[in-house]
Amino acid sequence: MKFSYFPGCTLKTKGKDLDIFARKSAEALGFALCELADWQCCGAVYPMAKDEIATKLSSVRALVSARDEGQELVTLCSACHNVIKQVNNDMATDADIALRVNNYLGLDTPYNGETTVLHYLEVLRDRIGFDKLKAAVTNPLKGRKIAAYYGCLLLRPSKIMQFDDAENPTILEDFIRAIGAEPVSWGMRNECCGGYIAAEDKAQATKRSNTVMEDAAKNGADTMITACPLCLYNLAKNGGSDLPVVYFTELLAEALGVK
Amino acid sequence: MQRIGVFICHCGTNIAGTVDVKAVAEALSHEPGVVFSTDYQYMCSESGQQLMREAIREHKLTAVVVGSCSPRMHEATFRKAAAAEGLNSYMVEIANLREHVSWIHKDMKEATEKAIILGRTAIAKVHLNTPLTAGESPVTKRALVIGGGIAGIQTALDIADAGFEVDIVEKSATIGGKMAQLDKTFPTLDCAACILTPKMVDAAQHEKISIYAYSELESMKGYIGNFKAQIRRKARYVDETKCTGCGICTEKCPMKKAPNEFNMGFDKRGAVYIPFAQAVPKVATIDADYCLMLKNGKCGICSKVCGVGAIDYTQKDEIIEREYGAVVVATGFNPIDAKVYGEYGYGTCPDVVTSLELERLMNAAGPTNGTLLRPSDKAHPHKIVFVQCVGSRCTETDERGKPYCSKICCMYTAKHAMLIREKYPDTEVYVFYIDVRTPGKNFDEFYRRAVEQYGVHYVKGMVGKVTQNGGQLHVQASDLLAGEQLHIDADLVVLATAIEPDKTARSIGTMLTASMDTNDFFTEAHPKLRPVESPTAGIFLSGVCQGPKDIPETVSQASACAAKVIGVLAKDKLLCNPCVAESDELMCNGCSACEKVCPYGAITYADKEFRGPNRTTLVRRVASVNPAVCQGCGACTVACPSGAMDLKGFSNKQIMAEVDAICK
Repeated sequence: MKFSYFPGCTLKTKGKDLDIFARKSAEALGFALCELADWQCCGAVYPMAKDEIATKLSSVRALVSARDEGQELVTLCSACHNVIKQVNNDMATDADIALRVNNYLGLDTPYNGETTVLHYLEVLRDRIGFDKLKAAVTNPLKGRKIAAYYGCLLLRPSKIMQFDDAENPTILEDFIRAIGAEPVSWGMRNECCGGYIAAEDKAQATKRSNTVMEDAAKNGADTMITACPLCLYNLAKNGGSDLPVVYFTELLAEALGVK
Repeated sequence: MQRIGVFICHCGTNIAGTVDVKAVAEALSHEPGVVFSTDYQYMCSESGQQLMREAIREHKLTAVVVGSCSPRMHEATFRKAAAAEGLNSYMVEIANLREHVSWIHKDMKEATEKAIILGRTAIAKVHLNTPLTAGESPVTKRALVIGGGIAGIQTALDIADAGFEVDIVEKSATIGGKMAQLDKTFPTLDCAACILTPKMVDAAQHEKISIYAYSELESMKGYIGNFKAQIRRKARYVDETKCTGCGICTEKCPMKKAPNEFNMGFDKRGAVYIPFAQAVPKVATIDADYCLMLKNGKCGICSKVCGVGAIDYTQKDEIIEREYGAVVVATGFNPIDAKVYGEYGYGTCPDVVTSLELERLMNAAGPTNGTLLRPSDKAHPHKIVFVQCVGSRCTETDERGKPYCSKICCMYTAKHAMLIREKYPDTEVYVFYIDVRTPGKNFDEFYRRAVEQYGVHYVKGMVGKVTQNGGQLHVQASDLLAGEQLHIDADLVVLATAIEPDKTARSIGTMLTASMDTNDFFTEAHPKLRPVESPTAGIFLSGVCQGPKDIPETVSQASACAAKVIGVLAKDKLLCNPCVAESDELMCNGCSACEKVCPYGAITYADKEFRGPNRTTLVRRVASVNPAVCQGCGACTVACPSGAMDLKGFSNKQIMAEVDAICK
């Protein structure tokens, strides 16, 4: 099984763990992540602007590369996933945006959202299967109580992301069970971590993060996992709690014995 | 050639203010066939009609064109006036010079020109009009009421009291509907069962009413006055005629795992059950999904304990056929499934309940005998949060909910809040609302009492999220007036879920060819002036199946509906609308296109013998229209590829003549 892979900038700098353990685990599970040649920034928050196409171009280039390889495009960073998937949806459903982008890029074959964008977790669930993952685990994390933290970017807008039930998601809990640990039941798992407000109003972000961390700790978690570098930054740096926050790929690698 | 009289009405200044009526009358007087043309201040008045009648007499008119208001307003008036002079009613045509001309134009020159064109159009059509006579059909003097809730019961009682037979078909084991599940009713707080159950008994004892409970409508054919229904009497595995309702079987049944629907699944019932103590008919029913005898052939205890030998495991569904003159739809509603709103935690947190569930938790005959205990640990809740508009008044982007206001929730939430504060003064009650809507007699006073006397905290704003936090519920909400976020640790959260038409409504609507809106509420013939009739003749609407209603409103509508049904049943014969479709059998090629587009099921196909060349006989499949069912919409005439289908009074030739006159 081969996928095109878009790591994104954070995974090359602050979020190296998310990337490294994902690659090791992929190898252990027998699927290949082929990093796109010359990938560019996904566009970060800017592609949200409906009236501007320039900010969407880099995402479209990644989507086109995957299409030309004939592969599905796998992402890992929640923010990149959200951006690329939303841009892909724009290209498929908004004729005006698609026309302007295609006019600008002047591709041999115009792009209209043909590429399937998958998050790494979706690959585990839908392409590998959690039952297969469970069978591949060599070092089950028995007795560990893990709080799954979703944040917002993987889930919303739910109609476009189509990742899981935005209010009561289960994919991370199923993942935790597959690697042999026990998911904690808690309420704040899809509440906001504070997001980019950390840059402007640190107190607010701290408040948000604390609420999340306290709730997880209160419900007996020993570790919290996330797929989002920004969430991890906010929770770990602003949260002021002892509860360790790690990327889900780290636990995956640990369970597969490749950490 | 027709001898046509033209009568242009001023309608005071309504028409004459914008249209040069004299110029119109003058211009039309030169049209072919017009032998008389005049204008008058109020054509519809007694003297205006007199003027028309004299002209018909004097000029031996064979057709009349009136330039006036919309035919919806006075077509009947002018037809009657013409008929009084011996003219066929259908030789009168109206040119709408008010709604189509004077009210929508400002420039007199333009308006006058348009009025003349519309007058010419009507003249062109009336040249081709033929006298039409309305047919007659007999009336079966019995009504069918589908649904045995308070709406169906009230309609049935009123019809029966007028001396006509009524059958109530109810799909569940007992009549009573949702009202039977309620605790108290607003705004007077009388007990629902106390006012409903006597009516249920009245219906059961009425000599003119037959109740077919645990039965469903299987099929429906026919038309106003002459419906033929098939009713499926589902197997109860209990002989209704023998069962005395003693309840010994329900006590002895060893299978006590079936969820009790009447108590919203809060407790269990036996496989053989009587829904509630005052059920009508009070007979037991065996639930085949749970009965050990029916599933594995082992048990048979109920049969052994039954003193009258009413248990019959071999019973099968039975189809009965009945004829009716009128059909009442009273299929009612259900709350939507609150699980679609994952943010409120319904289905995942046991202490998040719907309002209908709360009714059972507060009802003396409910699972807690009327003591309010929360479901998770049976503790008394001290802080309760009500969330209004769960699934009501949703914007287009929210596909989970309904665009409409469910209408009853504001009042029942005020009722719940008030009753809880009255009974448990140590309980703090919050109500989150978008708007509080309490029009209705004594309704706003009731709501204000909840706020002012009972100290219920009403907060404008919505709840964003409910999460379980240990034994408590954590409610995040916004207070829009104070502009702040609220975090409340509550013991119980109650969702005022939107109501939607019963799931069976759509299939019943299809069977009856009664039109429905996008929300599956039945459409009325006119939203203001014919609110209890379906556009399909002979089908009447009672209760929430037509739109959200509270109990007083439902009962009013149910009685209004009965009055309309009585109006049909009281007649021995019904006059039909003569402007109906007709198929030319020689041109019909049997393609079924008309049958497919007919919204009323008025078209049937039959093989018919025709004389072929050289004395042979040909059998061809041709369409025929039942004039009593046809509503004259004309859809079939457009669909017909061979031009065989035509609408009397609005024939293809007449329409083309009108188009020609406009384009001239």
